[in-house]
Amino acid sequence: MFGNDITIPHLLIFFPLVAGLITFFIKKDASVKAWSLFSAIITLFISFASLYYRNNTALSGLAFNYEWLKYMGASFSVSLDGMGRLLTFLTALCFPVIFIATFKTLYKNPKAFYGLMLLSQAGLMGVFLSTDALLFYFFWELALIPVYFLCSRWGGEKRIPATFKFFIYTFTGSLLMLIGIIYVYLHTGATPYSDHSFSMQAFHSVSLMPSQQNWLFWLFFIAFAVKMPVFPFHTWQPDTYEQSATAVTMVLSGVMVKMGLFGVIRWLLPLFPAAVARFDNIVIVLSVIGMIYASMIAIKQDDLKRLVAYSSIAHIGLMCAAIFTLQQIALEGVMIQMFSHGINIIGMWIVIDLIEKQTGTRKISQLGGVSQKAPVLTILLVVIALANIALPLTNAFVGELLMFSGLFKFSFWYTAIAGLSIILAAVYTLAMVQKVFYGTTNPLTATMNEISWNEKMILSVIVIIILMTGVYPQPFFNLTKDTIATIITSFK
Amino acid sequence: MFGGVFFKNKATPKYWAIAGLVAIIIANCLELQSGEPFFAINVSNMLSFNSFNLTFIAVALSCTLLYFLLSGRDIEKVGANTPEYFALIFFVLCGVCLAATFNTLLILFLGIEIMSIPLYILTGSDKRNLKSNEAALKYFLMGAFSTGIMLMGIAFLYGGNSEGSFFINNINLGEGKMPVMIAIGMVFLMISMSFKVSAAPFHFWTPDVYDGAPTVFTSFMATIVKVGGFIAFIRLFENSFGKVHGQWQMLIAVITAATLFIGNLTAVFQQSVKRMLAYSSIAQAGFMLLAIFALNDTAKEGLILYSAAYSLATIGLFAILIKMHDYTIDGFNGLGKQQPVLAVTATIFLLSLTGIPLTAGFQSKFFMLMAALRDGHQHWLVLFAVLCAAVSAYYYFKIIQAMFFKEGSQDVKDHGSIALGENITPAFKLLLIITAVLIIVLGLFPWLITEWLHY
Repeated sequence: MFGNDITIPHLLIFFPLVAGLITFFIKKDASVKAWSLFSAIITLFISFASLYYRNNTALSGLAFNYEWLKYMGASFSVSLDGMGRLLTFLTALCFPVIFIATFKTLYKNPKAFYGLMLLSQAGLMGVFLSTDALLFYFFWELALIPVYFLCSRWGGEKRIPATFKFFIYTFTGSLLMLIGIIYVYLHTGATPYSDHSFSMQAFHSVSLMPSQQNWLFWLFFIAFAVKMPVFPFHTWQPDTYEQSATAVTMVLSGVMVKMGLFGVIRWLLPLFPAAVARFDNIVIVLSVIGMIYASMIAIKQDDLKRLVAYSSIAHIGLMCAAIFTLQQIALEGVMIQMFSHGINIIGMWIVIDLIEKQTGTRKISQLGGVSQKAPVLTILLVVIALANIALPLTNAFVGELLMFSGLFKFSFWYTAIAGLSIILAAVYTLAMVQKVFYGTTNPLTATMNEISWNEKMILSVIVIIILMTGVYPQPFFNLTKDTIATIITSFK
Repeated sequence: MFGGVFFKNKATPKYWAIAGLVAIIIANCLELQSGEPFFAINVSNMLSFNSFNLTFIAVALSCTLLYFLLSGRDIEKVGANTPEYFALIFFVLCGVCLAATFNTLLILFLGIEIMSIPLYILTGSDKRNLKSNEAALKYFLMGAFSTGIMLMGIAFLYGGNSEGSFFINNINLGEGKMPVMIAIGMVFLMISMSFKVSAAPFHFWTPDVYDGAPTVFTSFMATIVKVGGFIAFIRLFENSFGKVHGQWQMLIAVITAATLFIGNLTAVFQQSVKRMLAYSSIAQAGFMLLAIFALNDTAKEGLILYSAAYSLATIGLFAILIKMHDYTIDGFNGLGKQQPVLAVTATIFLLSLTGIPLTAGFQSKFFMLMAALRDGHQHWLVLFAVLCAAVSAYYYFKIIQAMFFKEGSQDVKDHGSIALGENITPAFKLLLIITAVLIIVLGLFPWLITEWLHY
């Protein structure tokens, strides 16, 4: 029933799924952490294996099909293309990093915490792998549910209303997308009302009238825009990031926001070319507004988590704008930046978490002089902060440069305005570094110690990835060449 | 099939009831599979048994079986006349079977009445409770009124038909527009059926009756009886008025939209879980009405699936609710710590009612949306339904939040959130888990039910 050979895509989905379910039944709390870290590392190895196959042009070895809802033309079909490999690798990489970085954090009821974390990993993998619209929707929602429970159970004081807002926003968005999916499904097939299929090929080959595309575009786009989030759908994001436990915030900001960008590239662009051509200006304007707006707010923030949350909105806004320019160079930038943004923001969260654990506060105004107490932490942080501003030699520089050149080809004025966000990013990031890490110590920071080995190790890994990607980004271009080529050709 | 009619007399104690039900289900399934009638009884073409009807009956009976197993003990607790309660429930079941198989308007009327009259009694069965009496009286008066309207509608249809026939597929619809008599009759029938399935604006009895009736019987009324009403509704309108679908579709669209809107919006403001579930049942009825709006094959498959998904989840939730000490949402605070099994299964039921993927509730909502979109008219209704579904997440998730993320009050910590004298047996837990697993299995493989339609 499941085909003859076990392939990498379904290992990537089912391994975390099974591991997560097992975690719920582990008796000893101590072994839960070890088990989940172990299984996350195994997943990472499976993902390495998928990267190794990148020269396999046939890709058939990586696809997996199973007739799932046989009367409806939906199948459990998953496969990997360049972008899929990139994002599954990011997902697989993030979870061990998160587990190691928060290894010392103690959670109430760790079984449920780690079990839900692994389940959300399975859901995310499914989103990036599925080539069937219904399956995509399935995983899209399934990734949300564990995260909802994680955010509401473990987190700050106001976590319940914050998460609820997040849930209602995304759930509404996804339901709208479901209507869109069903509508497109009913238009697949040669003759009306027969031979429908949810498969991606069928979806891509369906031809819709421009008038139909116009409203379908928004049904899909709102779902993706809420997830990214793009202005004006972003209001859930700072609250949720602030209130969630740091490990969950890392999942949300590092990986989950990529679901929105991924959805646009994988489903929205190929399905509704006419509508994309029509609405591209609106979307880019929204994104640019979001970038400037979020950057300005970030300058005023006193809470470190909120600062990073707003800076993330600005970065995502640039990626969304770059996608809609439909320039090859911009799309290359988006691909590499999706990965880099995930790595950088997780680095930021780790540093914030370390500071909060030692001093008990995240308020910038209450901190200062950390560099005197924890020099190694400071050095590592500065590299990550520079990556956040996209200075040359860091990974974000490559991505942002490409995206801005793409945007420039599209329109000079958008680029000029969006460019302001780089300056603003420098303002808030450097101001934060200065206030928190330099200056004189106060009673709160005077008692700080240097960070421990596992934290040093994981931050160094992140810094190494940042620098390596910044110096030699070529592997990423090779990896995602096929995806970009498909998109560019479909618009010519 | 006719076992359902004969068996009702034997159903004295609980175990007899369960055994009888199992026997009927087996007989029903055998017939469904072979297509041969189990008992050959001449019904003069008054009843029809096809795969759709039989599949629905199988679903309804299985849900009743589950209901007996989960709540049988609580039925015994309502009052002294236990055997009567079981007998009455079997009467209702008989009515549901008739309503699912009728071929003439007369049998439709009989079925609906057999279904309703025992319910009036069951609603008032808690004699010492004033609320229960009030609910029964209200239900009876309103029900009698809707019965009158239904009879009137049938009379119009009979009178409008020159040949004078009660057969549902024999109604003279005329060329082009419907004759006035037929149109009036149809509208009357639509009103009375809307009343039975508690669609707005004929829903006013629902919250009071569901709230006043003993909780065990609310569970039965809100699930099996309600979906029985829906089957009668769709069969009547498909067979009698299916050809002039375009002429009344807009009317149903408005009723659907009103039902969704009122049900969901009012449910948001409820503090009592029982009352919230009453409004949520109106909201779910709105979704099921989409099937009657669309009236195609997908809609019929979807309605059966919806019946199963909705009944399973609601029966499970009510079974848990009965055990609770405090029926308000705050009464659920901290349940996740005290009774993890109950809380986790309740979460699955609530997720299913919300329509989250992996649960049967998602598949059924999906079928409904698909049916309505396939119909191709009135896209606004689908959008509206989806927005209402998003609203429903709000009140269903309030219970989940209460169970897992809130601490119980001191009183709850001392005594537990389970009512005094109620004990949670391992068998009860096991049954809840089985129900939850069934919901997930149906959510993954909905064709386990819909496949039966293709026999």
